[in-house]
Amino acid sequence: MARMTMIEAIRSAMDVMLERDQRTVIFGEDIGYFGGVFRCTAGLQKKYGIERVFDTPINESAIVGLGIGMAAYGMRPCVEIQFADYMYPAYDQITQEAARIRHRSNQDFSCPITIRMPTGGGIFGGQTHSQSPEALFTHVSGLTVIQPSTPYDAKGLLIAAMETDDPVIFLEPKRLYNGPFDGHHATKSKSWADHPAGEVPEGYYTLPIGKAEIRRAGAAVTVLAYGTMVFVAEAAVAETGIDAEIIDLRSLLPLDIETIVASVKKTGRCVVIHEATKTGGYAGELIAEVQAACFYYLQAPIARVTGWDVPYPHAQEWDYFPGPARVGRALIETMEA
Amino acid sequence: MKLRFPTPHSRPGEAPDFSDLVIPAPDALPVPPLTLAAADAWDYANGLVRVLDDSGSAVGSWADYLAEDAGDEILIRGLRDMLTMRAIDRRMQNAQRQGKTSFYMQCTGEEAIACGFQRMLKKGDMNFPTYRQQALLIAADYPLELLMGQIYSNELDPMAGRQLPVLHSARDYGFFSISGNLGTQYVQAVGWAMASALSGETAIAAGWIGDGATASNDFHSALVSAAVYRPPVVLCIVNNQWAISSYSGIAGGGEATFADRALGYGIPALRVDGNDYLAVLAASKWATARARGGHGPVAIEWLTYRAAAHSTSDDPSAYRPRDEASAWPLGDPLERLKTHLNRRGIWSDARHAQAEAEILDHVVAVQKEVETHGTFVDPKPLSPADIFRGVYKELPEHLRRQRQEMGF
Repeated sequence: MARMTMIEAIRSAMDVMLERDQRTVIFGEDIGYFGGVFRCTAGLQKKYGIERVFDTPINESAIVGLGIGMAAYGMRPCVEIQFADYMYPAYDQITQEAARIRHRSNQDFSCPITIRMPTGGGIFGGQTHSQSPEALFTHVSGLTVIQPSTPYDAKGLLIAAMETDDPVIFLEPKRLYNGPFDGHHATKSKSWADHPAGEVPEGYYTLPIGKAEIRRAGAAVTVLAYGTMVFVAEAAVAETGIDAEIIDLRSLLPLDIETIVASVKKTGRCVVIHEATKTGGYAGELIAEVQAACFYYLQAPIARVTGWDVPYPHAQEWDYFPGPARVGRALIETMEA
Repeated sequence: MKLRFPTPHSRPGEAPDFSDLVIPAPDALPVPPLTLAAADAWDYANGLVRVLDDSGSAVGSWADYLAEDAGDEILIRGLRDMLTMRAIDRRMQNAQRQGKTSFYMQCTGEEAIACGFQRMLKKGDMNFPTYRQQALLIAADYPLELLMGQIYSNELDPMAGRQLPVLHSARDYGFFSISGNLGTQYVQAVGWAMASALSGETAIAAGWIGDGATASNDFHSALVSAAVYRPPVVLCIVNNQWAISSYSGIAGGGEATFADRALGYGIPALRVDGNDYLAVLAASKWATARARGGHGPVAIEWLTYRAAAHSTSDDPSAYRPRDEASAWPLGDPLERLKTHLNRRGIWSDARHAQAEAEILDHVVAVQKEVETHGTFVDPKPLSPADIFRGVYKELPEHLRRQRQEMGF
């Protein structure tokens, strides 16, 4: 075992797969010689050569389109979109091509591509470096959508994604790259060095895609979260003293509905949190599934805490970000309902 | 200040006018070295590679370059492929009118391009076609039962009813699954070619796009990527003058040829008489040899004319003169090859009529057999539950539940 940040864990996953599977190829903007703007690919080009780890022009549609051609050929591309906010030019390639090729060709062709993209805010990135577009992917049949919240999960899930025979969207909560972040932005940043999930095996391992993780067992209310919001939820629970059960979804599509339903049937209450905007967000889908499966167990309306329906602001970042105070209020209201 | 809104020379009721189209003699352009650089390719991107002259004789350096690749058997095979394609197009067009299928798209007038290009491909090469390159499959000896089964979406359909008619997929025949979105697959062809090179293999890829879709963002994605990495890819642009109702000037203003655009990216390009089967063979031989030789990408603008409607949902008499196809200066590819073979003394009008009748009989026989497996008029419904298969390699739990909800 080694101590790793989420960046190092993600890099280690690609390192393992470059070593293990000669079909693996890694590319994206600034990811080669330089090692990526977040350093996730640092040193990989030097170690594996320019034919396996290389820079691309600034053209996300080309990054994914080239990857689709390579994947259909039989290679295993793992590409980086520098920020999830930059994925829109590739949305056509992702949703109409990568996600559809196996089905439309009746399995004549397939598309095993992993598309990594840093997501979420909390870094003063403004509207073009902070977005959480997960619902734009969970709405697309044929995609698998993952978002880890710890270095350990990030490595195991990224290797699993790269071994998946279909396209995977791998959303990396960039505010967690260097340490767990609970939304208290004015306090000193924490590091993964002190967190148990910063312990990461150096070699190969995978985690199952489609399995949620119960981060905190509790009896009073179920909290559904993923990415940065897992730690915000932990802070809110600690501060309110409510005995909540916090479920880190990890995989949004497919969704581990069994774990969620078992928890809500036990607690009878549910709060869903995400950083993305509210209307049409993934929380709506979660709430619909939970109420359908748990209606007669519910003791309160299901609450959701999300970003506001506005473009992600720059100077007012913390007014947008659904921090522990807002989550705490929702927990209290749900308990009092 | 006034904007320019391009309009075609002729609209319905007006006389067709192609007087702008300069058609040089077949010997105007010598065969360039395979290492041709974009900087030296202006003449090739703005002239016209031709082999057949107006009398139907094969002349010039491209004819010499073809040599045994334009032998009697190859050319007769080409003519038969084109006759087969045209017969299928007519039969499927009629089948749609009879309600036996939902939709069809003919490639009438453009048969030489796909039939000729395919002759220069090898096992393992991959086309990324548009919906008007079905002739690639004919020239690749794809079973007609599968081709027509796909169009009828019946139990012979290799795609089990998933795709619109004509959006074939045939990996073993070098034919990538067609999307139906325009332009997206052009850059995928570049990726495939990169994968071949990175894997140490010798296979090449061919991207296909129409004049209309050269305006799409992925035309740029493909050309910039091909220019950067120099993979073994041939980037074909089929300029058939019309994108549904929009003439080629709408796609780019008409100030430059489509081939000329590639030069700006540093990719050499040829502009080729796409209705001249021998010119198609010659340019395809050169371009595929260049790609196989590791000299990098090349673009080819195939100049042709979409003689039929865009699709069975289109009526071209609403936007262009009815007789425009017959006025097209590069003629009909089938007629031109037939004239050449007649001149060569290996073909005759009588043999042609006989071949046409035999091919039609064969196509009709296959069609009748295929129709026993289901048509829209006499359907043999495909399994509803089958739509859940292959969304993912393994059926996930949420889809299993939805299939159950459907009743299966």
